[in-house]
Amino acid sequence: MIVRGDVFRFLAIGLASSWLTLFVFFPNVLVVITSFLTRDPAATVALPVNADSYLRTMDVLYIEVLWNSIKMAVLATVCCLLVGYPFAMAVASLPKRWQAIVLFFMIVPFWTNSLVRTYAIQFILGNQGIINKSLLAIGVIDAPLQLLYTPFAVILGLCYILIPFMVLPLYSSLEKLDPRLQFAARDLGANAFYRFVKVTLPLTSPGIIAGCLMVLLPAMGMFYISDLLGGAKNLLLGNVIKTQFLNTRDWPFGSAFSVMLMLLLGLMLWLYYRASKFVNRQGGIHDSNF
Amino acid sequence: MNAPRPLLTLQGLSKTFGTTTVLSEFDMTIFDGEFFTLLGPSGCGKTTILNMIAGLEMTDTGAIYLDDQNITQVAAEKRPVNTVFQSYALFPHMTVFENVAFGLRMAKVAKADIPARVQEALEMVKLSHLAERKPAQLSGGQQQRVAIARAVVNQPKVLLLDESLSALDYKLRQQMQIELKRLQRKLGITFIYVTHDQEEALSMSDRVVVMNNGKVQQLGTPREIYENPANLFVARFIGEINQLPGEVVAIDGNHMYEVKVEGLQWQLKANHNFTVGTKVHVLLRPEDIRITYIDDQHESQFLTGTVIERSYKGSTLDSLIRLESGIELITSEFFNEDDPSFDYRPNQKVAINWVPGWEVVLPVLDGDNP
Repeated sequence: MIVRGDVFRFLAIGLASSWLTLFVFFPNVLVVITSFLTRDPAATVALPVNADSYLRTMDVLYIEVLWNSIKMAVLATVCCLLVGYPFAMAVASLPKRWQAIVLFFMIVPFWTNSLVRTYAIQFILGNQGIINKSLLAIGVIDAPLQLLYTPFAVILGLCYILIPFMVLPLYSSLEKLDPRLQFAARDLGANAFYRFVKVTLPLTSPGIIAGCLMVLLPAMGMFYISDLLGGAKNLLLGNVIKTQFLNTRDWPFGSAFSVMLMLLLGLMLWLYYRASKFVNRQGGIHDSNF
Repeated sequence: MNAPRPLLTLQGLSKTFGTTTVLSEFDMTIFDGEFFTLLGPSGCGKTTILNMIAGLEMTDTGAIYLDDQNITQVAAEKRPVNTVFQSYALFPHMTVFENVAFGLRMAKVAKADIPARVQEALEMVKLSHLAERKPAQLSGGQQQRVAIARAVVNQPKVLLLDESLSALDYKLRQQMQIELKRLQRKLGITFIYVTHDQEEALSMSDRVVVMNNGKVQQLGTPREIYENPANLFVARFIGEINQLPGEVVAIDGNHMYEVKVEGLQWQLKANHNFTVGTKVHVLLRPEDIRITYIDDQHESQFLTGTVIERSYKGSTLDSLIRLESGIELITSEFFNEDDPSFDYRPNQKVAINWVPGWEVVLPVLDGDNP
């Protein structure tokens, strides 16, 4: 029995690690190597090895893109949190059977490619889209509103695509909340506002942090949303990288940007780790809780 | 002693969940400063009553008056009542200090006064040295004390305790019983205690109400309900009891009856009015039964039986005796100094007697189990 278990464990871990090595680790190593090479019109990349690409990322123009990118991602995260928290609370207060059904329906859109769904948003927001047409029909406006190709459209798109990543961790921490603590807080004189601020919010902070990171990190790189909904502007860091690879064909520069983005995300994960440790010390909530 | 002042009045409280009636027309007056216990098996409605007083559950019908004010519709957070929950329900993200301070902060007590009051409450439960710990770092008994401190620090008019000791082990529970009683005397706060443990109810309470299926079975002091149970349910629920069938054969006068039990005629006292021919239950506590040795030839004017089992309990010797009719009695006798080695042999023949007047005689009702 022990031998069979070991074989299974060896196979399972072995398969997963080879997969990750082959399709995650090696490509990333290639990206890091490429970032130190030189652009070559004939062979895409060539020697000599240098760090020029990294120096070029320090350009004011790109710092601005980075800043803009962070702004958009943070805004999208805040929107997701403001919409997701009440929603997760509502789901967690449903009877158990309904909770599963509602969460299931939230996952269903994932079966459709997110690119296709982004095109759908284009149709809704466009000058001939359903919103403008309805508003024109009832006479609220005389000319179509410019909804598409605005930062607003990008934020909306990011929120729409990423909100499940916010709701799921929030739901899992809300669902674990002991309802008896609410009784205790009421009994001790806390009204609904204080019950939320003093009990619910601190006890779900691990879910809030996890949800924010799961939205913030991908939001920085979702170039196709900014491409389709934001127009031909480099709104997100992901757009810059995409342009370098597909349009300008400057692979070393694109790779250098990718490495910078990875480092930034790594920094955020480290901050999350520190924050959750801090929360643990504050709340005695163990990481294994979620 | 002054006449007790009614503090809390419950009038006609009813509650139905779906098709089950948890509580029907419950009336009760609880006096200022008393230790009042709601005792009954699980599902008898006692916790529902507690939650209604706390405001955590609304009443279907009826009214609750606290200090002559109708608080039936007052929100839980606005009632001058605090609860010690069965699960303690301490806030896991707060220190012991913050847990205890929570109620004071909610009541907008001046910031400068909070540390002293929290400290005082923690000293009362002997936990001031653990103020900076998190609940998860405390033992069950310590968490229990924090829960008590968190409630009493608010100086509630009524303190509600919901099976508060049931999660503790036997020894700690006994210790906490004494501490709770002492705390209650010291604070002078009215305690309403909910339990299914009759021993807890008897040892701590000033008055006990025994409940079953949402209805009051008996209200009285611990002594009254133990010595004069109003019905078979109370008699069986409170402590061990032996039950013998009997029949009234003559009336001797004021509450004295001639009752035939196991073929013998006894003069018994009863609080009920019986007519000749009434079937009755004669109830005997194990410790009220007296046993004497007899040899096989000896004729006894008492009930006779054989010792089936005996078990040594340290301070008492408990025996199971089968009467000639087949009925089995549990007895419990204290060892006495003159005869420290006293014991029974299995199958020994004995005669049974009891102190006159210590028996309880109840009428046989239709619903009684034999």
